[in-house]
Amino acid sequence: MTLVSKESVGISEESLGLPGAGVVHRRRLLGAGAALLALPAGARAQTPPVSGQPAAASGQSAVIDVNRARTEPIPIAIPDFTGGGGDSDRLGRDLVGVITNDLRNCGLFRPLDPASFINTGAAGDLPNFQNWGAIGAQALVTGRVEGGGSSVRVEFRLWDVLPQQQIQGTAYTTTSGNWRRIGHIIADVIYERLLGEKGYFDTRIVYISGTGPRDRRTRRLAIMDQDGENNRFLTDGSWMVLTPRFHPTRDEIAFMSYANNRPRVYTFDLGSGRQQVLGDFEGMTLSPRFSPDGSAVILSETRGGGADIYVVELGSRSARRLTNSGAIDVSPCYSPDGSQIVFNSDRGGDQQLYIMGADGGGVRRISYGNGQYGTPVWSPRGDLIAFTRLGGSFAIGVMHPDGSGERILSESFDVEGPTFAPNGRVLMFWRTSPATNSRGAGYGSRLVSIDITGFNERVVQTPTDASDPAWSPLAS
Amino acid sequence: MNFKLLGAIAAFALLAACASTPPTTAGAAGGSGATAGTSGAMPGSEEDLVANVGDRVFYAFNQSNLSGDARATLDRQANWLGRYPQVSVQVAGNCDDRGTEEYNLALGQRRANAARDYLVARGASSSRISTISYGKDRPTALGDNEDAWAQNRNAITSVR
Repeated sequence: MTLVSKESVGISEESLGLPGAGVVHRRRLLGAGAALLALPAGARAQTPPVSGQPAAASGQSAVIDVNRARTEPIPIAIPDFTGGGGDSDRLGRDLVGVITNDLRNCGLFRPLDPASFINTGAAGDLPNFQNWGAIGAQALVTGRVEGGGSSVRVEFRLWDVLPQQQIQGTAYTTTSGNWRRIGHIIADVIYERLLGEKGYFDTRIVYISGTGPRDRRTRRLAIMDQDGENNRFLTDGSWMVLTPRFHPTRDEIAFMSYANNRPRVYTFDLGSGRQQVLGDFEGMTLSPRFSPDGSAVILSETRGGGADIYVVELGSRSARRLTNSGAIDVSPCYSPDGSQIVFNSDRGGDQQLYIMGADGGGVRRISYGNGQYGTPVWSPRGDLIAFTRLGGSFAIGVMHPDGSGERILSESFDVEGPTFAPNGRVLMFWRTSPATNSRGAGYGSRLVSIDITGFNERVVQTPTDASDPAWSPLAS
Repeated sequence: MNFKLLGAIAAFALLAACASTPPTTAGAAGGSGATAGTSGAMPGSEEDLVANVGDRVFYAFNQSNLSGDARATLDRQANWLGRYPQVSVQVAGNCDDRGTEEYNLALGQRRANAARDYLVARGASSSRISTISYGKDRPTALGDNEDAWAQNRNAITSVR
């Protein structure tokens, strides 16, 4: 199976001045783990994020502070990028489709209907801001596509309509096969420039595909872009697989496989396709998660009537035990600074959430609400822990790491397994519908995403039933 | 894996055949206990275990304690293992779907180990008994109601 590693794909980026200025200020290659660079001051209008009044329908700067309580989505106009004819015209339309879809689905933007556009032509070197303001656009995205095949150049500009300023101008050069990624990268830039925090569109989801009857389910490891495109199956379904998780910087996942009827945690290098058993354990290993620096995996091993938490160094493959309670200690997850671990334990009788130091010391319970709690996952921002709450129904919620401020975001027969987008703003989880008869009719599972403020809940399209989602880090 | 699945399907077919029997005794062939096989199954085979001994025990919600019924079934399994010393078995722990996938993997293992430990305490050699947990991923009953969940909280012994 051929796997395309995103990190191996070259995309070069240059910043653009105002139209007509034609100055290339900086050129660089986008790669894994590299943050988007701030542009030189002269290349754009300086429009700092402003906080204060909620955005009105129009007549105000598009730049807002997303940390405020929920705001009206930003009205944004994204006319088709112009091309030089043929393939570049089509690419210009398709790119706008990707960008529009990303911005609409995140719930924080309201892309305006192209049918309402008055005249997309420019007024000299600049957009005709009156025409865009008249339809209620606060922000405008314009772009141009040149070339094709092995060298496509995509220019895009983001404009603040009311002050008539260019907020961002960037050109990307890459191969046409990368066009969707360019769309996601542009959507991330728009998100970051207008909301003041990083986007999450240039990311992927690894998950478990489920097909076949309920008692003989075929489960395959699968990966797709966060918008559901470019879906690929990574295993053939011969063995049950569960709980894949992304490495924080490399194109690698950790997951659980029943290969040879021995359920154990493996690592999987997506570039080479190499799979390796992780550690040398007698019992079943489960619940893997990478440490924030990517040097280790934390997991559980069943032993007797319980399960203990271990950390396994990826270099030496040596394992160190962190818990020894005799109870079931599973689903460990590091805090983003690596200093603490949240996990699920039934040591107190029923399942609750506990936090301990990274060395296993100082264990304390943090969940005290109504019901039992599982699958804790720490926000990349550090300020929240998302969880599954179990009772008569299941719920996805968040609480602060000290256990305060619990909020339930979604509740149904069976929802579980939240994963954070790399900016900590969106959760994805899976929802299972119950069987409605003894033959299993109606049973199924889908991926669902929701904003951490509890709005914009939406089903993520997958080609089969899906569970166990894990969000990748931001690629660019 | 296919081999084991066939066993589970056969067991399910049997359960369905005596659907009026409560789950706690369904595996014990209508309570005929450890009496000699009447089904014509080959002695010491999977079919023999299912039809004449009882291949599974059931657990309460979130529990791994062995009930009186469960211990009676495991007593018969231990005797049967004593009669057929060449047979090796796997004990698979399973859970209903009213728990998270990850916790249920560990809970299923806890149930399998509880059954295995009882068999060993009754004289079966631990080297003949392997264990595995499928969490909530291999339900016997496909519905979602109390009856189905009760059937799915089990440890199923199968011939390897």
